[in-house]
Amino acid sequence: MKSFDAIKSELASGASTCESLTREYLEAIDRAKHLNAFLSVFAEEAHGQARAVDRKIREGTAGPLAGMVVSIKDVMCVKGHRVTCGSKILEEFVAPYDATAVARLRKADAVIIGKTNMDEFAMGSSTENSAFGRVKLPGDESRVPGGSSGGSAVAVKAGMSTVSLGTDTGGSVRQPASFTGVVGLKPTYGRVSRYGLVAFASSFDQIGPLSLTARDSAAVLNVIAGHDDRDSTSATVPVPDFTAGLNKDVKGLRIGVPKEYFDDALQEEIRGAVQKKIDLLRNHGAVISEVTLPHTAYTIATYYILATAEASSNLARYDGARYGYRVKGAKSLTEMYTRSRSEGFGGEVKRRIMLGTYVLSAGYYDAYYRKGQKVRRLIKEDFDNAFLRVDCLITPTSPSTAFKAGEKMDDPLQMYLSDVYTTSANLAGIPGISIPCGTDRQGLPIGLQILGKQFDEETILRAADFLETSG
Amino acid sequence: MSSNPQYEPVIGLEVHAQLLTESKAFCRCSTSFGDEPNSNVCPVCLGLPGVLPVLNMNVVEFVLRMGLATHCTIAERSIFARKNYFYPDLPKGYQISQYEEPICTGGFVEIETESGKKKKIGITRIHMEEDAGKSIHDLDVDTLVDVNRCGVPLIEIVSEPDLRSPREAYLFLHKIRQIVTYLDICDGNMEEGSLRCDANVSVRRKMETRFGTKTEVKNLNSFRFVEKALEYEIGRQIALLEEGQKIVQETLLWDAAQGVAVPMRSKEEAHDYRYFPEPDLVPVMVGKDWIDKIRTSLPEFPSERHDRYIAKLGLPKYDAEILTAEKPLADYFEAVIRHLKVKNAETWKIASNWTMTEVLRVVNERHITVTGFPVGPERFAEMINLIVDGTISGKIAKDVFEEMLTSQEGPKAIVEKKGLVQVNDASTIENAIDNILTKYEGQVREFLGGKQKVFGFLVGETMKVMKGRANPSIVNEILKKKLEGKKERD
Ligand SMILES: [Zn+2]
Repeated sequence: MKSFDAIKSELASGASTCESLTREYLEAIDRAKHLNAFLSVFAEEAHGQARAVDRKIREGTAGPLAGMVVSIKDVMCVKGHRVTCGSKILEEFVAPYDATAVARLRKADAVIIGKTNMDEFAMGSSTENSAFGRVKLPGDESRVPGGSSGGSAVAVKAGMSTVSLGTDTGGSVRQPASFTGVVGLKPTYGRVSRYGLVAFASSFDQIGPLSLTARDSAAVLNVIAGHDDRDSTSATVPVPDFTAGLNKDVKGLRIGVPKEYFDDALQEEIRGAVQKKIDLLRNHGAVISEVTLPHTAYTIATYYILATAEASSNLARYDGARYGYRVKGAKSLTEMYTRSRSEGFGGEVKRRIMLGTYVLSAGYYDAYYRKGQKVRRLIKEDFDNAFLRVDCLITPTSPSTAFKAGEKMDDPLQMYLSDVYTTSANLAGIPGISIPCGTDRQGLPIGLQILGKQFDEETILRAADFLETSG
Repeated sequence: MSSNPQYEPVIGLEVHAQLLTESKAFCRCSTSFGDEPNSNVCPVCLGLPGVLPVLNMNVVEFVLRMGLATHCTIAERSIFARKNYFYPDLPKGYQISQYEEPICTGGFVEIETESGKKKKIGITRIHMEEDAGKSIHDLDVDTLVDVNRCGVPLIEIVSEPDLRSPREAYLFLHKIRQIVTYLDICDGNMEEGSLRCDANVSVRRKMETRFGTKTEVKNLNSFRFVEKALEYEIGRQIALLEEGQKIVQETLLWDAAQGVAVPMRSKEEAHDYRYFPEPDLVPVMVGKDWIDKIRTSLPEFPSERHDRYIAKLGLPKYDAEILTAEKPLADYFEAVIRHLKVKNAETWKIASNWTMTEVLRVVNERHITVTGFPVGPERFAEMINLIVDGTISGKIAKDVFEEMLTSQEGPKAIVEKKGLVQVNDASTIENAIDNILTKYEGQVREFLGGKQKVFGFLVGETMKVMKGRANPSIVNEILKKKLEGKKERD
């Protein structure tokens, strides 16, 4: 397993080529097939791309990500390839265009190696909700890698790509990063164009990298961030060089510890591991203080009302009429709709569509959706207030380490609570990063989350990089 | 049916106008009409996975024009919403529209009622939305869908329930059409669906201040249907009330062929659209500068033009009304008078007469629009110039005009080619008259005996020998002089 930095020095010394690296990754994918991390692999295309990159390296015209091999969560469009979203309903759908983030990676000379498995339409926290089988946690295959970007996390952890592009709607990059022991960055909402990302919940979805190091995530963010004319919600805020702020100390950095994120639900070893890192930061001159985010208790409820409302509408287009799965032999339009959708969608997706439809229905809108919007504002204000006093927040990423497959499948609420510390960042639109923070007694990775102000990924990357290099 | 004097109808209209922007509301596809099915499409308007809408700012510009022209309050910040329902011609499963916080609210337009009185009709709101596609139900191959129209921008204009008769509703709709065509934001063609109308109708006893239960009548897609359908529905409601029955709030579909409004199946109307703010679009912000810029660029409105034609051009009210009723005609007339050599009340009136009679006659006969009229205003003005400078008579001009309809030649060339130039030479005319007076000695004597009618006969005969080319006023003048001379001699 090599970080992008290591790759760059190998390429510089001539110890390897982009093509040889690509071959190594493809071999790793082949060896780890049983983990079920990939839904499609572009072996030939990746080789071709790698050769082109090697040529550019020789000619001195290579882009900033030359040598990086990237896998893409199968919820983003890569032109000419299927984008299944982990669903039977889109099993055969081939994307006719590149997502903006994918196009930018390509332009920066990253090699696209394939598409990773995921919870159907990014709905889930364990990557068990895939129509194409669950993804297994490397090291303990009876456990889940988290989700919904479980395939991406495993691809990075098991050396099947240098980095992976995931998406984070309620923690789907950070929580699997935590479960597998890699870095996962959710940028500020609007930082990365969503064009070509198949929507789950439009006002929450954000594309973010999973990587071995914070520096690698910063390098990817440098390339994929920035306004896109095709996404009016993408921000016009200037994009700094996110790698430039790394390798700095934390002297004077004001770090808040939100007390609500250290509640009784938290696994004791995680509390201890995170506390250790907080002490380390304090010893290196960071200013630690306790802060309060009073509306934390409403996070999960608010998230599931608003995100499912948007999802119920976003997923309406999969009706069997124009593309995707269509049931055979339907005798009426209604029958075609209902049977195509009943058979095409999995259980969790249907649950969320129903929930979202309900909260938007006449007579319930005010009690649920409108109230949810108001609480969302309050949650955002909690963060705004906290950030008046501190530069970033440190919390655990998830209340537990990787759980057993099947353990929470029959209890959706328990499953949802796995994201209890991550959804708030999506509600508030702020950036967050999960970094490895030791292991529990069973040797399972623990994740530490750093949350920052809107468009201040620099600070959380700096803190993450510091912990990584001095831990 | 609707004329039961004890009842008063209360009508509000919802008018959809398809905007004339070149590209669609949320993608760059062409909006052109009548192209090969499913040719003006892209991933965005096809609603493919992963796409996002991006607002075409021309749509905002167009709705602002309408909002300002109808005296609306323009919201500094307005938002889009999703209207959710399943239908094969709706690729996303929702229509992007505006619901809460529309862009224009609280305006009015003025109509002139039958009694000639001006009446203000309130505009509740005007908002932007996208059109759906078109389903074609073909019995052989099931249902076909054409997505070309998907995403074409519309504005919906919602009136207050201020209309008190089908006639008023018709006049209001007409007014809306006049405004949108003057603003160049919609072609106003109801038959092609560029302008669509639904009505909310209720009736109540005169003097009653509360509204009765209303029904919605949809599919009023021709000016002819609007009054007819409303008459029908008002009559139906009154009849029900007279029988002591209650009006059921429902949606009816106007069936033009049968002349009846049929209730839609309750399943079709039991839509819960689950509106919620569109998260893929940012709020539309409209600053004061933008509003001011649009306000100053608004064109002259029909009523302003109408008044100017009377005050400045000296045209009769009748002419002003006909000329300004449709923007293309008024624009044509404007162009004609711009090209007149002599500009005064007399020549303007000649231009007006010719435009109202000949241009409109041909337009109506050929079922074409003024924009498609074969004689451009400049060529038409040249012909009028020839009348004014005496080159041709009005009568000959009619022949020249006919010729111009089929040829590309200028009126001057036609006149020369066909030898239609008017004879103004007094001695030539005098010669012809002398011959006529000799030829018709008997008739001349009758005239001198007091039979005035014969004068006309003698003019006609003179014109005949001159092949209609003699300047009629010179003929008149000389003939009169000659006959008076004879009278004195007698
Ligand atoms: Zn399009």
